[in-house]
Amino acid sequence: MNFTAFWHTLGPNTISGLVVGSIIALFALGYTLVYGVLRLINFAHSEVFMVGTFAAAAAWSAVGVTTNSVLPGFWGLAALIVLGLVAAVIASGGTALVVELVAYRPLRRRNAPPLAFLITAIGASLVISETFGVFTHHNQRGTARLVPVHDLLVFGDTHITVLDVLVVGLALVMMFALDRFVGRTKMGRGIRAVAQSPDNAALMGVNKDRIISLVFLLGGLMAGVAAVMYLLRVANAQYDAGFTLGIQAFTAAVLGGIGNLRGALVGGLVLGLCELYGGALFGTAWQNVVAFVVLVAVLMFRPTGILGEALGRARA
Amino acid sequence: MTTMEQLPTEEPRTSRRWSPRAQVSALYTRTGLRGWYSRLPRWGRLVANLVFFGLAALLPYVGSVPLIGPQIITNGISWGNTLFDMTYYVLLALGLNVVVGYAGMLDLGYVGFFAVGAYTVALMTSGDSVLHLRWGWLAALPFAVAITLISGVVLGWPTLRLRGDYLAIVTLGFAEIIRVTANSASFLRGDRGFGGLPHPPGSWPDGTKIFGLRDLRPYYWLGLVAIVLVIFAVHNLDRSRVGRSWLAIREDEEVAEIMGVRTVKYKLWAFAIGAFIGGLGGVLFAGYNAFMNSSTFVLQFSILVLAGVVMGGSGNIPGAILGGALISYIPDRLRGIEDPLTHTDLFQWRFVLFGAVIILIMLFRPQGLAPNRRRAMELKDRAREVAP
Repeated sequence: MNFTAFWHTLGPNTISGLVVGSIIALFALGYTLVYGVLRLINFAHSEVFMVGTFAAAAAWSAVGVTTNSVLPGFWGLAALIVLGLVAAVIASGGTALVVELVAYRPLRRRNAPPLAFLITAIGASLVISETFGVFTHHNQRGTARLVPVHDLLVFGDTHITVLDVLVVGLALVMMFALDRFVGRTKMGRGIRAVAQSPDNAALMGVNKDRIISLVFLLGGLMAGVAAVMYLLRVANAQYDAGFTLGIQAFTAAVLGGIGNLRGALVGGLVLGLCELYGGALFGTAWQNVVAFVVLVAVLMFRPTGILGEALGRARA
Repeated sequence: MTTMEQLPTEEPRTSRRWSPRAQVSALYTRTGLRGWYSRLPRWGRLVANLVFFGLAALLPYVGSVPLIGPQIITNGISWGNTLFDMTYYVLLALGLNVVVGYAGMLDLGYVGFFAVGAYTVALMTSGDSVLHLRWGWLAALPFAVAITLISGVVLGWPTLRLRGDYLAIVTLGFAEIIRVTANSASFLRGDRGFGGLPHPPGSWPDGTKIFGLRDLRPYYWLGLVAIVLVIFAVHNLDRSRVGRSWLAIREDEEVAEIMGVRTVKYKLWAFAIGAFIGGLGGVLFAGYNAFMNSSTFVLQFSILVLAGVVMGGSGNIPGAILGGALISYIPDRLRGIEDPLTHTDLFQWRFVLFGAVIILIMLFRPQGLAPNRRRAMELKDRAREVAP
């Protein structure tokens, strides 16, 4: 336990924790949405994210922006980020829909036991990630660091960069939009109805299959945005990038209360901070272990998470 | 007074129908190979088993069978090596079958126990170890197996309250913790690993070592002996009170608890026995490979073994053997064959292949290739209850 290092890096770690946490939170929304509606973990969601990172990287290299290219000015950068977002969102959303179609829908038709869904999702995850692994020769693919590291605010040795503000801001905007969508629109009401009782919702005229596809699509969209934010921060795409981050995102979803959209945000931020602080205390190699210890502790002592399980329950 | 007249004739019939034995035979109308096997007398089954394992023991010589032999043996890797790999995969599949197939707990971190077994052997035998014990392989075996058993209980305990999906993720987390520990804890040496692990003891009458580097057949036979012992133990456990408790837990944990099954105890049993068998696989692996490091135990490995169990038919020993053998044999058979797409070895597509195979199996034959009858019936039952 290294307390001096912990105190010295408290400020910077808080900022990075919040940034990492907001990426995790967006990623976690996919788990929480699907779990809220189907009561199943979408194991392939990590690959939905991974496909998003590769799609954004491919879009950028298609317009000629690679690891060492000269970066354009402000508007150029904004256009590039939007391009990356569009590519990642389309790829991730598409992957999520395909996963639902291949691994979930046929099993739902025959009322398979929950473990069957998990196994097909694992299969889908393995196929997607290893296909990318084979084609990239299991190497990383670097992208340009699009957002230059400019300090926006400085408090002592705590630097807040443009990137930090961009990532956290984008995450909050997406969260807010999703919350409004699920809470206020007609489709959102459909989602809450299916989450509450699938059969009753179907009897009331909700198209269950379409709502489930929609839920997967929404999760995919959020993962796509998270993928671009991850690329801006880490600047490389890798075939197994989704796996570790996926476990963390799932932990965040459980921590905040799985099935609860606002819980995902709280869980993501808390987990991001826990990891950075844990890394400072025990050494960065153990950073990922912190996520699991938190997960086990939460499941043992408060299995419903910080805010409790609720999609369609709270405002039914 | 028809009812009064009918009663005497009715009563024996209903009582016969509801006697456990009659009910069991009504449930299991056995056909095919298994029906033939189950109708054999006790000694006949023993002979059939002996013939089966005798044929398995002759597998190293299959290459000399005309016509079929050359198709079976592998090209990119020696046939002896392939066979030995198959033995520890089959052991792992048998162990995971206890946890997943019998007790119905989805364990995604099973490779962790394999690693614990192998690392314990390495710590006790290797010259690189901090313990400086330099024991023989055989002396380390009981300790390694005991430590994996304990690790199974230790890791099983916090997860006892978890069900299904949550259990899967937490066990995945445990495997990751074991991997990170192997990478980061200095006494486990991370990437540098352990070298100079001893082979199992013994020498032929002419003085050459039985377990050397040139002849790999003895390793295969050793693995086969371990498999036979494990099958014997697991089969007997499955037919005992323990096995019936596992069955009850798998079908419905709450009901099992209410009916007086001590679920905590028997779930721990399943974890411990699964870990024990996985550890045994790790010990065999360490006895064959003179070197191992933290990258030996990748997570895909657990999923591969799970794919094997599901593919073969979870909850059924022949299914687990078949599945375990296939997940090891198919990738090795793919070695040395050029892949037309990327012009490299087909071997590197193995995880993609198995991912696709487990999806297809769950979609078209969810009970597996050699299914457990009760499981297959459960799945049929559920499909009938489907709501539109």
